[in-house]
Amino acid sequence: MSLLAVEDLAVTYQTGGDDVRAVRGVDFSLEPGQTLGIAGESGSGKSTTVLSLLRLLPASASVTGTVRFKGEDLAQAKWSRIRAVRWAEASVVFQGAMSALNPVRTIGEQIREPILLHEKVGEREARARTADLLDSVGVSAQRAAAYPHELSGGQRQRVMIAMALACKPELIIADEPTTALDVIVQAQILGLLTDLVAESSIGMIMISHDLSVLSSVCDRLAVMYAGKIIEIGPSKQLITEPQHPYTKALAGAFPTIGDPASRLAPSGLAGDPPDLRGDLVGCPFEPRCPVSMDQCKTTEVTLWPAGPERESACLRVLP
Amino acid sequence: MASANVLGPELVESEQSSGRADGSERSAFWWYLARKIITALISLFVVLVIGFVLFTIMPQNPIESIARASGKPMDAAQLAALRKSLGLDEPIWQRFGIYVWHSITLHLGYSYGYNQSVASLVLPRIGPTLLLTGSSTLISIVLGLWLGSKAGWRPGRWLDRIASGTSLVFWSVPTFWLGLILLIVLGTGVGPIPTLFPSGGMTTPGFSGGPVGTVLDVAWHLALPCLTLVLVVFAQYVTIMRSSLVDELGSPYLLTARAKGLRDDDVLRKHALPNALLPTVTVIFLQIGGLISGAITVETVFSWPGLGLLTYDALKIPDLELLQGTFVMFSASIIAMNLVADLLYRVIDPRVRAQ
Amino acid sequence: MTATTQAPSRVINRGTPPRTQALRNFSAAYVRNAWGMIGLVVLLAFTIMALTAPLWIHDSDLSAAAATGPLLAPPQHGYPLGTDQPGRSVLLLLIYGSRPSLAIGVIATIATVVIGAAIGLIAGHYQGMVSNILMRVTDWFIALPGLPLAISLSVVLGQGPVSITVAIAITSWTGAARLVRAQTLAVEARPYIERARALGAGNTQIMIRHVLPNVMPLILVSSTLTVAGAILSETTLTFLGLGNPTDVSWGSMINQAFTQGAVTAGAWWYVLPPGLAIVVVVLGFTLVGRAVEAILNPRMVNR
Repeated sequence: MSLLAVEDLAVTYQTGGDDVRAVRGVDFSLEPGQTLGIAGESGSGKSTTVLSLLRLLPASASVTGTVRFKGEDLAQAKWSRIRAVRWAEASVVFQGAMSALNPVRTIGEQIREPILLHEKVGEREARARTADLLDSVGVSAQRAAAYPHELSGGQRQRVMIAMALACKPELIIADEPTTALDVIVQAQILGLLTDLVAESSIGMIMISHDLSVLSSVCDRLAVMYAGKIIEIGPSKQLITEPQHPYTKALAGAFPTIGDPASRLAPSGLAGDPPDLRGDLVGCPFEPRCPVSMDQCKTTEVTLWPAGPERESACLRVLP
Repeated sequence: MASANVLGPELVESEQSSGRADGSERSAFWWYLARKIITALISLFVVLVIGFVLFTIMPQNPIESIARASGKPMDAAQLAALRKSLGLDEPIWQRFGIYVWHSITLHLGYSYGYNQSVASLVLPRIGPTLLLTGSSTLISIVLGLWLGSKAGWRPGRWLDRIASGTSLVFWSVPTFWLGLILLIVLGTGVGPIPTLFPSGGMTTPGFSGGPVGTVLDVAWHLALPCLTLVLVVFAQYVTIMRSSLVDELGSPYLLTARAKGLRDDDVLRKHALPNALLPTVTVIFLQIGGLISGAITVETVFSWPGLGLLTYDALKIPDLELLQGTFVMFSASIIAMNLVADLLYRVIDPRVRAQ
Repeated sequence: MTATTQAPSRVINRGTPPRTQALRNFSAAYVRNAWGMIGLVVLLAFTIMALTAPLWIHDSDLSAAAATGPLLAPPQHGYPLGTDQPGRSVLLLLIYGSRPSLAIGVIATIATVVIGAAIGLIAGHYQGMVSNILMRVTDWFIALPGLPLAISLSVVLGQGPVSITVAIAITSWTGAARLVRAQTLAVEARPYIERARALGAGNTQIMIRHVLPNVMPLILVSSTLTVAGAILSETTLTFLGLGNPTDVSWGSMINQAFTQGAVTAGAWWYVLPPGLAIVVVVLGFTLVGRAVEAILNPRMVNR
C-alpha cells in the first residue's frame, strides 16, 4: 500500500464573481522513503495541491478527489481526524525565512507545541526532545530560548525542519524550503533534508520552482503547469532528457551547479501562464510553446507514456 | 551525524549571532528608559512653558479677572498690593523661573474664586477622577478587546459588520449628550421608566451605611457616568483590536499553527492575538487623551466630584489659576501615559527588546 | 500571447486631460459606493437646510423674549418637537442651530488643514534639522490634552466662535501635519522630483507644483474626517458654555437644557433632537471620508 495516493485532485477557489480552478485533476503516489519533487511556475498550482492534502486551504477553496494517506481518504475524513493527522503523521516545512514562525514566541516553545498537543508527554520530556531535535539539525540547543528574529535565515529554516520532525511523521511536505536562502546555505539545508529522510525512511514531497534543487534531492519529479501535471518521471532523467517543451524550458532556465556550460545558455520563456478562471481548450501550454502544432490548440492532452516510468502530456510523445 | 560536519561554519556563526550576554541587554533597557524619561521631562517642561504663555502672558487684565473671580469689591490700594504680591511688574524671565520652581514643588497657585490654594482644591479631586476613568478604561478594554477579536477573526461576517457599525455610530456621538440621555432615561426616569440611578454626585448626602454600604453607594452613583464613558470609548478599542487582528490574518505563521493541528480557537488565542495585542495595547495608552476629555464632560453632566468638574466650575467663573492647575495635571497624566505606552511596547515585543 | 485578454476596468478617452479623467473616474467610483452616497446625501441635505434657514426662520422665532409658545411643552400640534423653556419651537431652533456648528466645523478644519499641511510639507521637503525641529514641536503638541487646552484657550481669548475655532485648529493640526509629512517624503522619493530639481526648479516650486497635487487627495480624505471631529469639539465647547451666549446652536441648546433644568424636568424633546442631529451630521462626514479613502486607497478597503 502506498504511503500517499492522490487521485483526480481538483481545487477551485470561489472568489466573489469568478471561480478560479487552480488545480485541475492531479494524480500521483508516494511510497515510504521516496521523495517526489513538484516543480512549476508561480500559479501552476503546486502549493495549492500540496496544501489541499491536509485541508490547509482557506474556506473559499473547494476540493474534490481522493487523497489516500495510508489507506485513509483524507478528503472525506472528519475535522477531528484531520487535526490528529496533521503534524503527527504528516507535517509541513514552510519557508522559514519569511514569517512562518510566530515572532513573539521562542523557537523552543514553537517546537514543543506540537509535541505537547499530539503526544501524552510532560513539559520536561518535551524540552528534552526539543533539544535533541535542534541538535539533529545543527542548531545549538541553547538557542531554544531565542526568538525567530534573533536567528539567521538558514537557522530559521533548520528550526522549521526540526519542528516538522517533532512528532516523528511519516510524510513531510517541504514547500519551497530553500527559496529565500543563498546558495551555500541552500546546499546545507538540502543535504540535511536528504540525510534525515534517508535515515528515517520518511516520505517527502518537495515543492520548488528551481529544477536543479529538486533534482539533487528527489527520486521522482513532477512538473505542473496551469493546474495539471504535464510531465512526471525519475528526476535525473527528466532533467537531462525532458520530453515536454515546458520542462525543456524550465531545465534550461536554471544553471546546474557544477555544470559551467549550463550557465551560458539559460532560456527564458516569453508570455504568461493562462488565466485559470475558465475552461481551457486543448493544451494549456500551446500559446507559449515553441514547437506547437495546429492540433495542440484543440486536442485534449493528458499524461501519456514517454519512456520508462515516464509520462508526458504532450502530443509530440505520441507515436 | 554526518550533517554536523557540513554545518561547521554555521554553528560558529550561530554562537556569534546570539551575541551579547544577558547583562548587555539589561543595560540597553536602562539606557532606553533614561532616554524616554528625559523626553517625557522635556515634554513636561514644554507644557509648563505653554501654560505660562497661556495663563500668565496672554490674559489682558489679570488683576481685574482676579477681582471678578473673588467676587469682592477691591479699592485701588488693594489692587496695587495684589499686583505687587503677584510680581506682575517683574521681568518675564524671573516670573517664569518662579513659576517653574513653584510647579515642581507643587505650589500650583492660589484660587481667588474659591479662596484657597489650587493644590488643596486639586488633590482631593484626583481620586474620584481616577476611579471613574480607571473603571471605565478597564471595562472598555475587556469589552472592546473581546468584541474586536471576535470581529477581526472573521472579517466581513455579520458580527464584524455589527461591531464596526456600532463603533462608528458611537464614535459620532457627543459624550456629554449621551450622558444626558442616559441621565434622563435611567436617572430621572421618563414615561414608564422609573428612576433607577441617582442623578448626580458620587455619594448620597447623609448616607451612613458603613464601609460596605459606602462602597455600594459609590458604585451605584458610578454606574451611569461609567456607562457613558464606556460606550463612547470601547468603540475605539473594538476598532483598534479588529484592525490589528485583520492585519495578522494573512500571516504565514498562522498557517503553520493550523498545520500543526491546532483548533481554530487556539490558533486565535495562542498565535494571532498575542501578535495583534502589541499595537493595540500601545494605542490604548496613547488614546488616554480622549478619555480625559470624555471625563471632563461626563463629570460635568453627572456632577461627579473629580478634576473634570473642577475644570468646568473653574471655566465658569473664570478662575485662571485653577484652570492652569487642572491643565498642568491633565497634561502631566497624558505625558505619563505616553511614557508607559513606550515602555510597555518595549517590554512586551521581543523584537523591539533587542534594540 | 496570453490565452485570454482582460477587459480594461476604465474606458480611456484619449483627448481629455488626465486630471479631468481622474476626476471622472473618481466620481464614477464614488457613485457606486452606497454608504458614501448616503453620507453625501445627508450632508447636502443639512447644508441646504443650514444655508436656507435665514430665509424662512425669523428673529422672532429665535428670540427668547418674543416667544409665544407654551413653556417647555412636549411635541404637539404646531410644535412638532415641542418647545423650550421660554416657549420657542425646538424644531426651528434645531434647523437654525445647524449653522454655527457646520460653519465653525468647516472653518476650523480649513485652518487645521492649512496649518498642518504647511508644516508637514515644509518638514517633509526640507528634512534635516528643520524637519527634526518641526516634528519635535508636533510631538509636544500631541502631548497636550485636547479639551483642557481648548477650554483654556477659549477662556483666555474670550468666549465666542472665534476662540472656539482657534482652539480647535490648535489642538487638531498635528494629525494633518504627520500625514502630509509622510506623504511628502514618499512623493519626493520619486524620480521625477529629482528631474525637476535638475531642471532648476526651486524649493517653493517643487512643493507647490509637484508635491502638493499628489498630497491633495490625502488631505481631502483627512479633511472630511477632521470636520467630523471639529463639529464634535465645537458642540462640546459650546455645551460647556464657551460659545456666544446669544447664538443658537446645537451645543447651546443642550447647554440650556442642562443648565436650566430641562433635564431634571425630563424634557427629552429638547435634549434628543440636537444630539441626534450631531450624530447624523458627524456620521455623514465620516461615511464620506471613508468612501473617499476606500476609492483612493483600495488597499485599505478591507479594514
